[in-house]
Amino acid sequence: MSAEAIQSRREWLLSDRPASRVQARLGRAYVAWRRFSANRLALVGLLIILALMVVAALAGVLAPYSATVGDLKNARLLAPSAEHWFGTDDLGRDIYSRIVYGSRWTLYVVILVAIIAAPIGLLVGTVAGYAGGWTDTILMRITDIFLAFPKLVLALAFVAALGPGIENAVLAIAITSWPPYARIARAETLTVRNSDYIKAVQLMGASSFRIVLRHIMPLCISSLIIRVTLDMAGIILTAAGLGFLGLGAQPPLPEWGAMIASGRRFILDQWWVAAAPGAAILIVSLGFNLLGDGLRDALDPRSGDQ
Amino acid sequence: MSDTLLEVDDLRVTFPTRTGLVQAVRGVSFSLGRERLGIVGESGSGKSQTGRAIMGLTPPQAEVSAKKLAFGGIELLSISSRQRRSLRGNRIAMILQDPKYSLDPVMTIGRQIVETLRTHEKVSKADARERALAMLQAVQIRDPARVFDLYPHEVSGGMGQRAMIAMMLITGPELMIADEPTSALDVTVQLDVLKILDKLVAERGMGLIFISHDLRLVSSFCDRVVVMYAGKVVEQIKASELRDAQHPYTRGLLNCMPRIGFERHPLPVLDRKPEWAA
Amino acid sequence: MTAAVAIEGLEVVFDRFRALKGVSLEVREGESYGLVGESGSGKSTLLRAITGLAPVASGTITVNGKALGKTRDKAFYRDVQMVFQDPYGSLHPRQTVDRLLQEPLAIHGIADGEKRIERALDEVGLGKGFRFRYAHQLSGGQRQRVAIARALILEPSILLLDEPTSALDASVQAEVLNLLEEVRRRHKLTFLMVSHDLAIITHMCERLMVMQNGDAVETLTASQLIGHRVSEDYTRNLLRASEGFVRTA
Repeated sequence: MSAEAIQSRREWLLSDRPASRVQARLGRAYVAWRRFSANRLALVGLLIILALMVVAALAGVLAPYSATVGDLKNARLLAPSAEHWFGTDDLGRDIYSRIVYGSRWTLYVVILVAIIAAPIGLLVGTVAGYAGGWTDTILMRITDIFLAFPKLVLALAFVAALGPGIENAVLAIAITSWPPYARIARAETLTVRNSDYIKAVQLMGASSFRIVLRHIMPLCISSLIIRVTLDMAGIILTAAGLGFLGLGAQPPLPEWGAMIASGRRFILDQWWVAAAPGAAILIVSLGFNLLGDGLRDALDPRSGDQ
Repeated sequence: MSDTLLEVDDLRVTFPTRTGLVQAVRGVSFSLGRERLGIVGESGSGKSQTGRAIMGLTPPQAEVSAKKLAFGGIELLSISSRQRRSLRGNRIAMILQDPKYSLDPVMTIGRQIVETLRTHEKVSKADARERALAMLQAVQIRDPARVFDLYPHEVSGGMGQRAMIAMMLITGPELMIADEPTSALDVTVQLDVLKILDKLVAERGMGLIFISHDLRLVSSFCDRVVVMYAGKVVEQIKASELRDAQHPYTRGLLNCMPRIGFERHPLPVLDRKPEWAA
Repeated sequence: MTAAVAIEGLEVVFDRFRALKGVSLEVREGESYGLVGESGSGKSTLLRAITGLAPVASGTITVNGKALGKTRDKAFYRDVQMVFQDPYGSLHPRQTVDRLLQEPLAIHGIADGEKRIERALDEVGLGKGFRFRYAHQLSGGQRQRVAIARALILEPSILLLDEPTSALDASVQAEVLNLLEEVRRRHKLTFLMVSHDLAIITHMCERLMVMQNGDAVETLTASQLIGHRVSEDYTRNLLRASEGFVRTA
């Protein structure tokens, strides 16, 4: 594309007088993107997360060995080498391959938790905030009860009740992580509930359901996205923690937390068994945190010209 | 009145923004003696930024330049920020639109006035209190001793604005800048506050810059009016001669407000010409 | 001639504060009626009580011959619409003008949306170019025009105006007042307008009520006010204040 074409496209996106719905929306997204991309660290975060997704999608191509079946006879606890980049574990499995496949489980956990917890929090928070009165009191007291327990302990209790396994770990994490989202959504709802633009919609005869769904929720979503992204690191760590305690993913699943747990026994002599998944968790958590910070700057509804 | 208190020549205030530099004030010049000068304009005309630049309250990212910005012979742009600070509140004072935002919410009104006085003058606490009470009396607060011990949120808007005036006048400034001092007040209270301001300014021989969007109010209160549009002065005129204003913008502003007893349907509207801003 | 809005002994209580202390008024069909008062007079509360945004403690409100109960049905909002004071606060920050105008049509299931939106925008002097802008891409006057378009799109017979121009510059105020007069003439609307500015009310309204501290002070016609034929001191004070500052001495 020539420089002029790029220039004219940019003008089209930044136009003060968009001519169609699509242009208005794209223009808005472009402004947010410009603000996001001005932040170098946020781009690094985005890059890490994109890399994670690519690795997860192409795990079959990228991994040279099987993630679950090792060579017990010849390849136990080998140090990193050209053949086994990150070495092998006590069952003779290639750690690099396990980490590549493990990215799928990390994404699985993160996405499922986000899909379950964020909508619950959004719904509870906006309904409580908009309805007020008894509805608010009851919903928020329930939220308080959940908030009163330490997250990992509550997750442990749930897993203990539901039985170990990665699906139950996800469920347990989701159940314990929605209350802060409800809090945020409620706080946001309370600030906009009495604004004139919400009153104006009431005066058109809109139902409460419609107001919450179409006018209040869109305003809460950006702060929620930011919070969820920043929480991702914590979610990964909780999942890893459950895996480490043997309550999350079960062997032989290549889940990073469980990998650290099994490497713990050799940590002094064969450090790479635990170090490689540890580093993977560190990098991905960092990626989500950087991304979250960048999103906060780009999407913050309180910053001027959004 | 021959002695010039303030001289402004080619004042410019420039803000950096995402899309480049924006000039909020583009070469404003006027001079002020011991008189009441009104600066009138619509939102975005640069009237408030002019007041702030004189006061030295321009936001740090913006740049102020002028061929001359002299107060009582002191070139304001070349002195240190410490000297500037000691002028501010002592010899130059400013009243802002809403007393709710300019009074400290966690300090009683009396204490704020006393503090202001004691930062600029060496006086004993008892003396300062005496003078603060006298000042509250001067702004026609009926029960100064009671108001002295109240917090800003405990008084009405009109009372708060009077307290603000008292606080600003306690050090006996020579120049007062009032930025929309009565716009947040009810009309009847507005007149009381203006009366007080008028009396004090006259008694103490201060210079007053009255910044407002309300041309009619300003013209009834001030001696001279500076009309601003898009960062520039389009007209300077004696308030008494406002009826004969030359510039179409000034005339448009005067005309477009509904007046009791003058039926005009539809109201005349301003036809903005690009050359006004040129 | 029937009354478009009739209010009898209206009382509004917030917690224990009596914002309205038994106010009665009658707005005739097609009339423009003004409420004047200072802050705390209860003039805005009265509008909000009509729309159901303020809690009615006692008294009756009748709109187009129908007595209103505790809740308002959809049909009510097709008859009565409101324009708010602050054009910066009354438009949703994340919605385009198009979306803002579509919303009332969607709520009431009105089919010919496209045409109505274009007509409404033309009517308030904005035209198609403004249709896909967000609120932050509009000036104060343009926002207020959008708010007026939104109120008109349901084709109400009564428009409640809560200080519609007090946040605008004088020249923009004149434009918006002219627009309001024009749409009133064209659609034969009934106006109930609140303002603190006597000059605006006398310009816009045939009759008015002066209010203070939640009570009615007096009811006047515009010509009585222009001729200074008022009976209450409070009204006289307001009149004097609206003439600007007069130096005594």
